[in-house]
Amino acid sequence: MNRIQTLYKSIIGKKVIAAVTGLVLFGFLLGHVAGNLKVFTGSTEQGIPHIDEYGQFLKVAGEPLLPAGALLWGARLTLLTSVILHITVVVQLAMLSGKARPVGYVKSKKKAASLPALWMMFSGSLIAGFIVFHILHFTTGTIQIGEFEHGYVYNNLRSSFSNPFVAGGYIFVMLVIGIHLNHGVWSMFQTLGIDNPDRNKFLRTASTALTMAIVLGFIAVPASFLFGLMPEAANYAHELLTGH
Amino acid sequence: MRIKLHVWRQSSRSDKGRMEMYELDNVVEDMSFLEMMDTLNEKLTVEGKEPVAFDHDCREGVCGMCSMVINGEAHGPKSETTTCQLYMRHFDDGAEIFIEPWRASAFPVVRDLVVDRSAFDRIIQAGGYVSNHSGPKPDPNSIPIEPNVAETALDAATCIGCGACVAACPNGSAMLFTSAKASHLGLLPQGQPERFDRAKSMVSQMESEGFGSCRNYAECEAQCPKGISIAFIGRLNSDFLKASLVEPIDRRGDMKAQ
Repeated sequence: MNRIQTLYKSIIGKKVIAAVTGLVLFGFLLGHVAGNLKVFTGSTEQGIPHIDEYGQFLKVAGEPLLPAGALLWGARLTLLTSVILHITVVVQLAMLSGKARPVGYVKSKKKAASLPALWMMFSGSLIAGFIVFHILHFTTGTIQIGEFEHGYVYNNLRSSFSNPFVAGGYIFVMLVIGIHLNHGVWSMFQTLGIDNPDRNKFLRTASTALTMAIVLGFIAVPASFLFGLMPEAANYAHELLTGH
Repeated sequence: MRIKLHVWRQSSRSDKGRMEMYELDNVVEDMSFLEMMDTLNEKLTVEGKEPVAFDHDCREGVCGMCSMVINGEAHGPKSETTTCQLYMRHFDDGAEIFIEPWRASAFPVVRDLVVDRSAFDRIIQAGGYVSNHSGPKPDPNSIPIEPNVAETALDAATCIGCGACVAACPNGSAMLFTSAKASHLGLLPQGQPERFDRAKSMVSQMESEGFGSCRNYAECEAQCPKGISIAFIGRLNSDFLKASLVEPIDRRGDMKAQ
């Protein structure tokens, strides 16, 4: 514990925390996008869209070993902790760096720094705001755009994303996430000391490829609904899904 | 060649400082950048004005004293070139050139373009050394070292400690310098005994000097006059992590069985 405290106090340690929490969030995005693609796989014989079934599965995953919702809430708490830590250390480091360069240059020029790297704070803030909105929109249903009913994931998506502003907004934020990940994923390898000249090309290509896969996967959902490519879901009784 | 110079003038550490404009019309293309500065100073002296103070020593690109941010780039527009090795032929006739000191709170401006870089000396003192026996001279090449390891260590050792990395980094981070100094010793067998302590103590000194954090922009590498790779930053990160979490601290003490 003592060692973790010492590590946390150091500049490199804070970077490492940003990298590890970033990895957790990146892993979550991979899972999230894979789950989202169930929108395209159709419905069961009873007319329940696979995505609705998947949503219900997430609520009870881990049963009967764990009580219902334990795995879901465990994951949610891990993600919340990661987001909070990620933001905290990054803000602390940014404040420190501001103090390290109190007087700027009259004329300054960037030779190597990429725009995604320079925009990390901006893209990160936008993503943080989006996460809050996204949870209020699709998880709690507090922000109602179109029709919303808990559990009817497919219909909720259809209702929200047929609005071009909502779909456009989501697509825009996904591109911002892509910009954030483009630097962030590679940066994680460098911070953890995993990158080296012999692996650099592979790690950078893999980071970009995974980022593009995630972004395209996420964009596919609102784009398909927006362009009317998705069929209407059949009406089904909610009891069919929950089994009671 | 005619050139227009905007130079940072600051009479003392406490002075606020400002940019001043000078015009020079007798610049020869084959002059080095520092010779051009000498010409400016001669002109200022003749006019009874205070010459511009700037750091310089060997003028061969090896001492690491010259330190100017020229048109927003540490050591000017030519890559892997120190200010003293930069020539006026690298600029156009009629060019407008901005000259500023290294900017970092850990490098306070002493006067004009001269900054106090003793923070770097203290980072070296914290861990930039190896333990050696003081007995008879060892046989040459008695410790085998893999050639690529020796070469990598030499690449790190080309750091002249000029501070361009700090000046170039948007965060004023000294990670490239610290990592180069920690790596050129940490890569070699002679540097192993202190390897992990070195990583910890040099990083801790770097932090207490007030340098910023690394955000992996690689701006330092691009503006380093010796082209030192950010691979060394990754290496220091890795050594620091191992030092903090894995390497034993001090395991002396008693143990009980149960």
